[in-house]
Amino acid sequence: MVRFLNLTLAGITDGMIFATIALALVMIFRATRVINFAQGAMMMLTTFVGWTVQDRTGSYWLALGCALAAGLVLGTLVERVFIRPVENGPELNAAVVALGLIVLINALASMIWGSTPRAYPVPFSLRGYSVGGVRLLLSPNDLFTIGMVAFTMTALVLLFRRTALGLRMRAGAYSPELARLLGVRVGATLTIGWALAGLIGALAGVLIAPVVFLGPDQFDTVLVYGFTAAIIGGLESPVGSVVGGLLLGCTLSYVSGYAGSEVTSLGACAVLLVALMARPSGLFGPATGRRV
Amino acid sequence: MKRLRVTAARALRLTVVRHGLAALAGLALVLVVSAVLPSYRNFQLAELSYLVCATAGLTFLAGPGGQISVGQGAFMAIGAYTTALVINHQHWNLAAALLSALVVAACVGLLLGLATARLRGLYLATLTLALAVALPALVNVRGLSGILEGSNGLSVLASPPPAVLGADFSTPRWQAWVTGFCAVVTLWFLANLGRSRYGRSMRAARDDEAAAALSGVNVARVRLLAFVVAAACGGLGGGLLAWVTSLASPGAFSLNLSFGLLAAAILGGLGSLAGAVWGSLLLVVVSSVTSDLSSGSRLPIDVANNLPGAVYGVVLIVVMMTFPGGLHQGYRWISSRIPALVRRSRPPGDGAGRGSGR
Repeated sequence: MVRFLNLTLAGITDGMIFATIALALVMIFRATRVINFAQGAMMMLTTFVGWTVQDRTGSYWLALGCALAAGLVLGTLVERVFIRPVENGPELNAAVVALGLIVLINALASMIWGSTPRAYPVPFSLRGYSVGGVRLLLSPNDLFTIGMVAFTMTALVLLFRRTALGLRMRAGAYSPELARLLGVRVGATLTIGWALAGLIGALAGVLIAPVVFLGPDQFDTVLVYGFTAAIIGGLESPVGSVVGGLLLGCTLSYVSGYAGSEVTSLGACAVLLVALMARPSGLFGPATGRRV
Repeated sequence: MKRLRVTAARALRLTVVRHGLAALAGLALVLVVSAVLPSYRNFQLAELSYLVCATAGLTFLAGPGGQISVGQGAFMAIGAYTTALVINHQHWNLAAALLSALVVAACVGLLLGLATARLRGLYLATLTLALAVALPALVNVRGLSGILEGSNGLSVLASPPPAVLGADFSTPRWQAWVTGFCAVVTLWFLANLGRSRYGRSMRAARDDEAAAALSGVNVARVRLLAFVVAAACGGLGGGLLAWVTSLASPGAFSLNLSFGLLAAAILGGLGSLAGAVWGSLLLVVVSSVTSDLSSGSRLPIDVANNLPGAVYGVVLIVVMMTFPGGLHQGYRWISSRIPALVRRSRPPGDGAGRGSGR
C-alpha cells in the first residue's frame, strides 16, 4: 500500500512536468497549428543557459530567472525567424523546420557544452517526508516542482480568461481573419504565444534536468512523453494536457515500479493507444464530427 | 517505320511500360554508378538505397495514403532484427531473410493499423512517435535481452558476394547492387500501386472520406493497406540496413533516424516518389560532405564532430524555406524555366517565329 502511494506521489511529480511540456505544445498548436517538435531542443538550450549562470554565480534562483528569460527570447526568435516564413506553406513544412532546428540546436549545444550529460542542482532537499515512521516519495523539492507548475497553470488560465491580451490571443487562434478585421495584431499575438511557450518549456527544462541530467539529447524521451500527454489530453485543451500529464505520469510510475524501468516507454505507448482507441481525438479534444 | 513509331508511342502511354523502363534505367544507373565509385562510396550508395526504401514507404503513406507516420524507424528496427535473427539462427539466405523482414514488419503494421484505424493526422503521428521510442527499448526487457543481446545489438553474419562475380569483386559494391536493386523494385512497386485501382481509392479516401465511401471505396481497408505497405517498406529498409552494416542495434534506430526519414520524405516533396530519392540523397550527401570537410579541418574536436549536424539542420531549414513544395517540385520548377532562360538568352532574330508558343 505504501509502495502504491509512493509510486502515485512520484507519478504526480513526473506528471506535472509532462503536463508543463504538453502545455507548451498545446499553446503553440492552438495559436499556429504547428506541432513544435523542437520544444525539447529549445528546453535543452535554455536549461544550458541556466546551468552556465548557476556554474558562474552559484545562485539557483538567478539561473532559473535567466533560463526563463532565455526561453522567452528563444520562443520569440524561433517564431519570427524560422516559423513565420513557412507558415503559409503546406502544414508539414513547419514540422520540417522544427526538425531542422532540433538538429541545429543539438549540434550547437554539443559544440559549446560538449556531449557528456551534466548534473543540474536542486533548490530544496530531495529527502522525502516521513509520516508515522514511513518515508514517502515526496520531498520538499517535489513540492516545489508541483507548486511551480500549478502556479504557472493558474497564471496561464488567468491570462487567457481575464486579460485583454488573453482575449486577443484566443481570438487570433480562433479566427485570424476576423480577429484582424477587428483590430487584433494577430502576428504579434502569435509571437507572444511562442514566447510564452518558450518560457513554459524553459521552466519544464529546469525542473526535469536534475532527474534526467542535462545533455544535448537527454530530453528526447521527456519530450515524447510531453507529446503523449498533450495528445491524450486532446492537443487543444490546457486542462486536457494537465490531465493527460498526470495520467501518463502515474501510469509510467506504476509500470516502472511494478514491471521494471525497461518497459516504461512501452507503457507510454500502451496508455496512448488505449486512450486513443477509446477517444480518437483525445480525452478533451474536439468532437470528431466530420463535415460531409 | 512509321508504324513502329506509332506502336512505340502507344506502348509508352501504358503505365506498366513507362514504369518498367524507368525501373530498368534505375537498375542500369545503379550498375554504372557502383562500377565508377570507390569502395567507400559504394557503401554510401548502399546506405542511400536502404534509406530510399524506407522513405519511399513514408512518401507513399503521406501521398496517396494521406497519413503521417513519425515511426518509420520502428519498422526498420523490426526488419533489422528479423533479418539478423533468421540469418544468424536459421541460416536463411539473403533473399529469404529480407522477405521475412518485409513480412514481419507488414504484420506488425497490420496489427497497429487495425488498432489505430480511427486515428487521423497528428494523433496517428504521435502514436507512431511513441512506438519509435518504445520499440528499441524492448531489447533490454528481461526475457528478450538474451535473444536480442540488449543495447549491444546483434551482429549479422556477413555474406560475401557470390563467387560468379569473381574473387576481387568488392563487398560494398555487391551491397550497393543488392540494396540498389531492392530500392528500384520498391519504387517500381509503389509507383504501380499508386497508379492502380487501390491507389485511386486511396487518393479518393484521402481527399474526401465521405464521398469516397459513398462511391463504394472501403475507406478503412485502403487506409490500412497504405499503412501496411509503408510498414513493409520500412521493414525491407531495416533488413537491408542490418545486412549492410552487419549490425542490428537499438542505437541505430534512434528518434533521430525516424525524424530524419520524415524530414527526407517531406523535403523531397510529399506524394512524389522521386522526392523520396531526392530527400534521401540530401540526407546522405550533406552528412558525407560535411563530415569529410570537418574531419580534414583543424577545428576543436567538439566543433568538428558536430559541424555535420549543424549544417544538416541549416540545410533542412533553408530548403524548406526556398522550396515549400519540396525538392522535387523545385527541380521541376527549375527545369521548366531552363528552356525559357535559354530562349531569352539567344540574340533576337534567331529562332524567330517559334516564340508564338508562349
